[in-house]
Amino acid sequence: MKSGQHDERGVRRRTFLKGAALGLAAAALPVRDADASVWDAFFQKHFREMNEAEIKKVIERLEREYEEQYKKKVTVGTDKALPGVLFGYGLDLSRCIGCRRCVYACVEENNQSKDPQIHWITVLRFKTGEKWVDLEESEKYYNPPEVPEDEYFYMPVQCQQCENPPCVRACPTQATWKEPDGIVVVDYNWCIGCRYCMAACPYGARRFNWAAPNRKPEELNPATHYLGNRPRYRGVVEKCTFCIQRTRKDPGRYPACVEACPVGARKFGNLLDPNSEIRYTIEHKRVFRLKEDLNTEPKFYYFFEA
Amino acid sequence: MNEREKRVSLAHTTLFLALFLAGTALSASGKGEVDVPKKFQVPPPPFSEGIFPCSQCHAGMPVNRTPRKLEGMHENIELRHMPGGWCFDCHNPSNRDTLRLANGKIVRFEESYNLCGQCHGTILREWKAGLHGKRTGMWNGEKQYRLCVHCHWPHDPAFKPIKPLPPPVRPSEIK
Repeated sequence: MKSGQHDERGVRRRTFLKGAALGLAAAALPVRDADASVWDAFFQKHFREMNEAEIKKVIERLEREYEEQYKKKVTVGTDKALPGVLFGYGLDLSRCIGCRRCVYACVEENNQSKDPQIHWITVLRFKTGEKWVDLEESEKYYNPPEVPEDEYFYMPVQCQQCENPPCVRACPTQATWKEPDGIVVVDYNWCIGCRYCMAACPYGARRFNWAAPNRKPEELNPATHYLGNRPRYRGVVEKCTFCIQRTRKDPGRYPACVEACPVGARKFGNLLDPNSEIRYTIEHKRVFRLKEDLNTEPKFYYFFEA
Repeated sequence: MNEREKRVSLAHTTLFLALFLAGTALSASGKGEVDVPKKFQVPPPPFSEGIFPCSQCHAGMPVNRTPRKLEGMHENIELRHMPGGWCFDCHNPSNRDTLRLANGKIVRFEESYNLCGQCHGTILREWKAGLHGKRTGMWNGEKQYRLCVHCHWPHDPAFKPIKPLPPPVRPSEIK
């Protein structure tokens, strides 16, 4: 071969490879799918970067998709945090009987998948009188014929909505962040499902959708929030959002778990309001929080009565 | 006392009275306490079907104040509360449509929490502050309280154990 001259076969191979690469890329594009929503979904921006008009378009698209999927009208709210509000939660461990009504009330309110099963709240059972709240010694699969059992106490755990959340710091795409009212939220359209946040959470509060969530249309709660209980996708992380669709209204409702508890063990309110129940709890009860040594500053205050 | 001493004593008494009244007036505002709703929105008392008003049977009935085990009507009520107590410790013998406090004051069934609060004062204080018991409604608005008796049956208030809802599936059970 003379120098400076390309080999005929080499040129043909290069051309072939270029053509093949372009062809594969073209085949991967959903051009046959004329539905603009696929392109919109792909190019959707991060929730915090969108302006009002863009958010409105996204909501319209989502409501349309959910209506198609579930055959009923679904509203996706985008209520912002109320000013001067920081949510706090109190839990009376002397009263909790471990009945798990909060767990299932949460499942109904927040459209969690039934199969595969996702529970945002986990109730742990501890033996009384033993090493103080040793989480490794807890039992979450307890199933006695009746509760409460003698010599055991029960502690429900859910997302603690930390003031200094390790999950937010761990997220590589900033798909999860802390809102001004203290709720740590997830943008399900931005989450890539890497589960770093699940590894970072010291409370094991986050759940992953290993498969497409399965929720029957007649069981769907149609009043949803973009950052809260709207139907999720396969491959995203979800967790308790203090019922953001309920609590951010004005006046706001209690979260579903607070209303479901038959013994009134759960207290909820605004930490910044000196007359709220949660402030009364913190000021009058000997409250503690879980894993305080990790400096996550959780908002969940547990206490034992007297 | 001589004249001067009498005048000084009068001045002291007047000063004390003035300060005392001023103090009462100021402390009546109750600062530092939780703002409690003066009227609690509670559902009606959970009477058994047709049992209220009690006077429909008791209006003409003679009153028997002897502590005893009841026979006939109300014989299924076994008091497991307040050992040594019996019916007329809470119920009003003169008018069964009301309840009666230990000091004789009449209390309606719709405000029976004041009766329970005689012994369970700390619980009543917490209930009023919004801490005790179940509440539904708005965290920053109207709340639905419940009467004590909606959860605690006064004749046998101890909670009975209930069946828990199913545990979460174990990872090994997921197919």
